[in-house]
Amino acid sequence: MKNLRYRQYRDRLMEMLLVAATIIVLVPLLIIIVHVVVNGFSALNWEFFTEELGSPSRALQERPTGLVHTIIGTVVVDFLALAIAVPVGIGAGIMLSEYPEHMLNPTLRVMNDTLNGMPAILKGLFAFVLIVKPMGTFSGISGAVALAFVMLPIIARTTESALLSIPWTIREAGLAIGLPRWRVVLSTVIPAAKTGLVTGILIAFARAAGEAAPLLFTSFGNNYLPNHWSGFILEPVDTLPQRLYSLAISPYAEWHAMGWAAAILLLGFVILCFTAARLATRKRFKT
Amino acid sequence: MMRLQSQVKSTSILYRWLGDRIFTVVVVLLGASIILITAGMAWVLFDEGGLALREFGFFGFLSGTTWDPAVQLQFGAWPFLFGTLVTSGLALLISIFPAIAVGIFSAEYAPKWLSSLIDNLVQLIAAVPSVVIGIWGIFVLAPWMRETVYMPIYLWAETSAPGLIPILGHPIGYGMTTATIVLSLMIVPYTAALSKDAIESVPKEQREASRALGATRWEVIRMAVLPYARSGILAGTVLSLGRAIGETMAVAMLIGNKNTLPFSIFGAGATMPSVIVNEFREAVESLHLSSLMAIGFVLFIIALIVNLLAAWIIRKYSISGGKVV
Repeated sequence: MKNLRYRQYRDRLMEMLLVAATIIVLVPLLIIIVHVVVNGFSALNWEFFTEELGSPSRALQERPTGLVHTIIGTVVVDFLALAIAVPVGIGAGIMLSEYPEHMLNPTLRVMNDTLNGMPAILKGLFAFVLIVKPMGTFSGISGAVALAFVMLPIIARTTESALLSIPWTIREAGLAIGLPRWRVVLSTVIPAAKTGLVTGILIAFARAAGEAAPLLFTSFGNNYLPNHWSGFILEPVDTLPQRLYSLAISPYAEWHAMGWAAAILLLGFVILCFTAARLATRKRFKT
Repeated sequence: MMRLQSQVKSTSILYRWLGDRIFTVVVVLLGASIILITAGMAWVLFDEGGLALREFGFFGFLSGTTWDPAVQLQFGAWPFLFGTLVTSGLALLISIFPAIAVGIFSAEYAPKWLSSLIDNLVQLIAAVPSVVIGIWGIFVLAPWMRETVYMPIYLWAETSAPGLIPILGHPIGYGMTTATIVLSLMIVPYTAALSKDAIESVPKEQREASRALGATRWEVIRMAVLPYARSGILAGTVLSLGRAIGETMAVAMLIGNKNTLPFSIFGAGATMPSVIVNEFREAVESLHLSSLMAIGFVLFIIALIVNLLAAWIIRKYSISGGKVV
């Protein structure tokens, strides 16, 4: 051991280095957010929410354009995905936590983690082969399925840990008053774990809502509103992340500005979901 | 009384036995569908990529350096494999120490309010969608890098070291370096959050014991905390590498998309996800489509290896038997 002064000097030095590293890491990340917020808000206007995009000439001739079809499409595709992913994910979570003795569980856990670790783009390719190919057209529903693949493993995992956090004594109490096992799960364990479930679903939703890669080959994109509402499900549909990508790589300055507006909208939505999820968890820990 | 009892009994058989049966079957079916999805994904990618894999052979496809969908219809994945490994590896190298430093600072040094502020910020940044980072990269980072970094170095090389020009490549702003920088920014929050989790799971007694022996704060961290948290930090790093490998949109928007080797430092390149994004929508030739699917299959295998490696590290080295992270 070196002498005390040297050790204290090194302690001070390391502390300063750690502070410096933290600042170096956090500042560029904050800069990104500031840029998106500033550029995004200046590009937002009323027409953005009321008009459809149309062809590039529409923006070049300064006729009103917007992304109303994209916003509706995003809501439709995201909630369809949620409707597919929630029952399956919660079911798998129940299987993992309530039937720990089931012989498929080790396989399920590995497969679920594998699915969670897969790049989202592969889920898009899978949904393309599974749905777009047989249907013969890009469609909103195929995009929803691709996003559901993104949500599924997250929901399954958070459900499992939320259910496991409920003490076994609650289940035993339910069984002791004569409830069958399925009623114990549905009427005592799940209500008790409700906040945990909602948090997990919100996180999965926020994660999937920001994904563009799986949507490029499934819901594809569309510059116009469909003629009939079913077009949002059965025809190519525009979604925010994918439209943001197309706008950003397009050669038109007007579309670039619209891309920034789409970015602030998408960022705001995702952050809203995450904040809601965090607030829900915090409340649970307080009580 | 008797009637009531028998009634309870007759409903309860239906309610209990049948209810439990149905519930179990439904739950197991839902769980099994995840197994089917994962296995199906691997099978579909392998099956769809089969045409290309048969044509060139698995290792021939991996090591093939020509990717020409237009004239020769020759497909080799090596440029993209190379691009992915280089950008992700370098991004990990750049981000790993600062990210762990953030984890250490937030867990050990920062007062409670600052620590929770840093945590929230890290979580917030991890939540920013990849396309949003991508648009920032296109309109802010890439032009800035071109003006302040690439051009000066390029102009310097042009006058005083012309031999470097082919290695540096065209300073258009979109290329390997820009993509690597953005990737490292994107994985920092993951590494930081996972390292912090690992550090916080170290028992308090571990710190108190070394404090009692007269260790300074840094010595406590270096001798008592970090060795204990090592496996968690390592696993978190491997998981972040997996993120970097699969990161698609931001890279596709910033790497410049060039399909032929050699890649240069500033010049355009490509990664496996970026080539799929760029070419899949336009691919018409069945061999081209199949080759893109085969690249997807290779990506699947790499992601699988990375995830299994992380799980193995946690199980093998963790003192608490796989509960860290």
